[in-house]
Amino acid sequence: MIAKVSVYWNRLLERRWLVPVLLASGLVLAFLVPEYHLLSVYAQLILMYVGINIILAVSLNLVNGYMGEFSLAHAGFMAIGAYTSAVLTMKVLPAADFPLLFPLAVLAGGAAAAVFGLIVAVPSFKVRGDYLAIITLAFLMIVKSGIENIDFVGGPRGLSGILRLTTLPWVFFWTVALVWLIRNFVYSNYGRGVLSIREDEIASDLMSVNTRQVKFFAFMLSSFCAGIAGALFAHLLQFISPRVFDIAKSTEILIMVYLGGIASIGGSILGATLFTVLLELLRPSTMASLLSWLPAAVFNPLNEHFISHLGVWRMVIMPLALILVMLYWPRGMMGLREYRGFVPERDKDAHRHTLPEAGLHEHPESD
Amino acid sequence: MNEALIYWLQQGLNALQLGGIYALIALGYTMVYGILAMINFAHGDVFMIGAFFCFLLSTQLGLSFVPTLLLTMLGTGLLGVVIERLAYKPLRQAPRVSAIITALGVGLFLENFTLALSPYPKHIPTLLGNVTWNLYGLSLSSIQLVIISLSLVLIGLLDTIVHRTRIGMAMRAISWDKTYVPLMGIPVDRVISITFAIGAGLAGAAGSMYALAYPVIDPYMGILVGWKAFICAVVGGIGNIRGAMVGAFILGSVEIMVVAFLPSTFRDFVAFTLLMLLIIVRPYGILGKPRVQKV
Amino acid sequence: MRKTIFLAVLPIAITAMQLAGCGNSTHPQDTIKVGLIVELTGDMPAVGASSRNAAELAVGEINAAGGIAVDGKTYPVELVIEDNASKPDQSVAAANKLISQDNVVAIIGPNASLGAIPAAEIAEFNTTLLITPWSTNPKTTLDTSSGKPKSYVFRACYTDPFEGRVLARFATEKLGAKKAAVFYDVASEAPKSQADLFRQTFAELGGQIVAFETYTTGDRDFSAQLTKIKSAGPDIVFLPAYYNDVGLIAQQARRAGIKQPLVGSDAWSSPELIKLAGGAVEGDYFANHYAADIATPAAKKFIDAYAGRYGNTPDDVAALTYDAMGLLSAALKKSPALDRKAVRDAMAAVADYEGVTGIIKFAPGSGDPVKSAVIMQVKGDKFVWVMNAAP
Repeated sequence: MIAKVSVYWNRLLERRWLVPVLLASGLVLAFLVPEYHLLSVYAQLILMYVGINIILAVSLNLVNGYMGEFSLAHAGFMAIGAYTSAVLTMKVLPAADFPLLFPLAVLAGGAAAAVFGLIVAVPSFKVRGDYLAIITLAFLMIVKSGIENIDFVGGPRGLSGILRLTTLPWVFFWTVALVWLIRNFVYSNYGRGVLSIREDEIASDLMSVNTRQVKFFAFMLSSFCAGIAGALFAHLLQFISPRVFDIAKSTEILIMVYLGGIASIGGSILGATLFTVLLELLRPSTMASLLSWLPAAVFNPLNEHFISHLGVWRMVIMPLALILVMLYWPRGMMGLREYRGFVPERDKDAHRHTLPEAGLHEHPESD
Repeated sequence: MNEALIYWLQQGLNALQLGGIYALIALGYTMVYGILAMINFAHGDVFMIGAFFCFLLSTQLGLSFVPTLLLTMLGTGLLGVVIERLAYKPLRQAPRVSAIITALGVGLFLENFTLALSPYPKHIPTLLGNVTWNLYGLSLSSIQLVIISLSLVLIGLLDTIVHRTRIGMAMRAISWDKTYVPLMGIPVDRVISITFAIGAGLAGAAGSMYALAYPVIDPYMGILVGWKAFICAVVGGIGNIRGAMVGAFILGSVEIMVVAFLPSTFRDFVAFTLLMLLIIVRPYGILGKPRVQKV
Repeated sequence: MRKTIFLAVLPIAITAMQLAGCGNSTHPQDTIKVGLIVELTGDMPAVGASSRNAAELAVGEINAAGGIAVDGKTYPVELVIEDNASKPDQSVAAANKLISQDNVVAIIGPNASLGAIPAAEIAEFNTTLLITPWSTNPKTTLDTSSGKPKSYVFRACYTDPFEGRVLARFATEKLGAKKAAVFYDVASEAPKSQADLFRQTFAELGGQIVAFETYTTGDRDFSAQLTKIKSAGPDIVFLPAYYNDVGLIAQQARRAGIKQPLVGSDAWSSPELIKLAGGAVEGDYFANHYAADIATPAAKKFIDAYAGRYGNTPDDVAALTYDAMGLLSAALKKSPALDRKAVRDAMAAVADYEGVTGIIKFAPGSGDPVKSAVIMQVKGDKFVWVMNAAP
């Protein structure tokens, strides 16, 4: 039965008209849902979180999965995008007067993050691996500490009073646009360059891949997307502070990427969705009402001993789930595999061969 | 004595204490990395567990400092072996990042598990006589003295183990080559377990000494210190034991001296900018050797 | 197979969440649902735990007394507890869930301003009453874009600027301090506001700030800053810090040879402080929301009940959460109906509510209570009342 459905799906997904139709209906739905309250406000919010997290995970996967680096700076780029756009809509071009300029403010947030992406991109010409990881970690701490020292944006007290401009259609639009952008990048010549850098940087240099240019673009694109996600996040929360963008946030995005799978856009989408939704489903009250159909003899002890304690224990369950996923799928759930809809026609057959599994072993050089 | 001189000497002493603590944690990172080329991000949380062991042993069993320290080291050493066997060993053939992410997961698990048991911060009783000597206005506490000397002793001991014993030789051999060394009859699994036990045991020692110096402990105490110790290990040249020590004392001094010279608001900003520049200038760490990549 | 799972995750989950809400709202309303957003995980779990304990205690007492009568019908109170992991995005999610899924009549919490400010925006937008027990940041109850107070957001505590001014005045007038050092957590919003206002007021009163030092959340070593403070030679050290930090800072300060009195904020107020600081805060002063030793009978009853149930004396978060619950139940009793607008109006009209932390009423058109602070001193293993203070 499931196999039949799956075959049917595959056949359906081969149709060229399918993707535009799906996207268009998605966009229409994104407008209809808030308009006619098809979903509760809470479910809409979770959908928006899912969208923002998809942008974050897919863009981090570009650096951490496709290029094989270990970046911890993503929350920092998010912070830059968030603060830049928030300052624009609050102080420079007050959104109360110019509501149509919101997309420009978001773009500006992304652009600012991309510029700061240079700070990580340039050292990456020279530094790799764990040393680059330290540079990204240091970058994150510098951004956080820098914002804490700028009183203009509220310092540690944060920036509040940001207008709620992020809506479901906007999140849908940016998510689709950025995922499409990254997907095209990955399957372009630059994308091959990114993969070749992961496999062997020196060899790809010798094969006349311009590794500097490739890294430059990959880091800029990745931080650009993080900046846009940050801008959307700021105009959804209406309040940002440096503590929002700390190492815990970066760790969260890392978990989404590696849970879903490295070097896989579909995987990142899956990881971001699972992570966001699981955290919400594991809320005690949600769990209790979801399981309330159980007979009282089963439900009551379960509720008393387990569900009502989930508030604290859900944060224990999440990392355990992560460890189990890693033990059984060491490359993440969809690691190195791609959802067929994302693979361009000319790559369909070659896909498995362009992503050799063995290539991911980095041989540590002896000192 | 001159007041300014005393001020600087005092800050120097502070830097030594902080550096000593960082060094003990950084050693664990660097040992595991040296042998397995794996960053054990759960290390900071093993350190936290060490502090909690120390708390339990000293308050529940009422033990004094030396048995507490030894039992804590034993406990975290065992914990290290268990973590390695359950979470890392199955992944030895997997890509490096999956082990790193598993380590992050183990760390989060340890933090939140401890938290779920009790969310309140704990106070460690004074296990060592807490005396402050006043030398011409320079204050030196017995705890500072113990930390600085004990960390130097443990580092020396570790250096001896790695460079002068058979097990140390086996460790170095495995870090040199993972394909042929097992063929020479070296029990790789056992050596790796011992490495983890020593690394985690050191984290336990660091945790209990930390708990003495900073006697309020909570489940999240290992995160920031752990990341900083990782930075120390990398700055010194990851995989290099003496490097980890050098890196630790550098980070300790930089953090203290930035506060001494500048408004303390800028501490993290300046300290991390300096570290970033250092890595860019010397991309393989201070005592690390440049890796020659075979083509 | 994998593909099918992949495509099904989001729709199934969203449906599940939707169902989780709908299942509840179809029941006839036979309880009063109150939402509680607390910091069970994240970087201040102790705050969340105290707050939850106090709220559960309050709800237990209300229900043991038969519930709350609204418009002639008596309802038991049902508490829906949500964790916000001390994060703003989770606070927003929790607030949205409580409002749109669980149909709560009002929300208590979050406690830390980091979560309380964005959650307050959600409550205001959805016209649902929100009472934060502990968030002292002025922005929580203020609509920042218009500068006017929010109409659905209230708090049970006083604000940071108030506290900073109170303590500066106390330090100059009662302790006779001429030179003060300030040491606070730069990454935390409340201490920063308190430190700024203290500095400003202390200078206005003719004092001199000789050191203005900071640390960052998660720091454990303060030796460099303390050495600097010691060499500046202040008369007092102002230390607006959370009590577990105070435990560490005070011990290190004494070890570094700083003998001057420390003056702290309401965040000191936990009996844990005395254990954590191991005698290093003996004789020091701090501002608090209530004084247990001159407590009213109502407060005594609360303290005994809390200690009896959880085995420790309530800290300020617990006392304020209990008061927030008390304020809400006073409002509910006066409310003509169980709808959110009526409850909010009843809340704004609450006059002279006698809570554990003193007599609370709200200034017209504002969610900030009019109340005074008390100054406490640490003596032995007790906090002793020194004086009532207003700026």
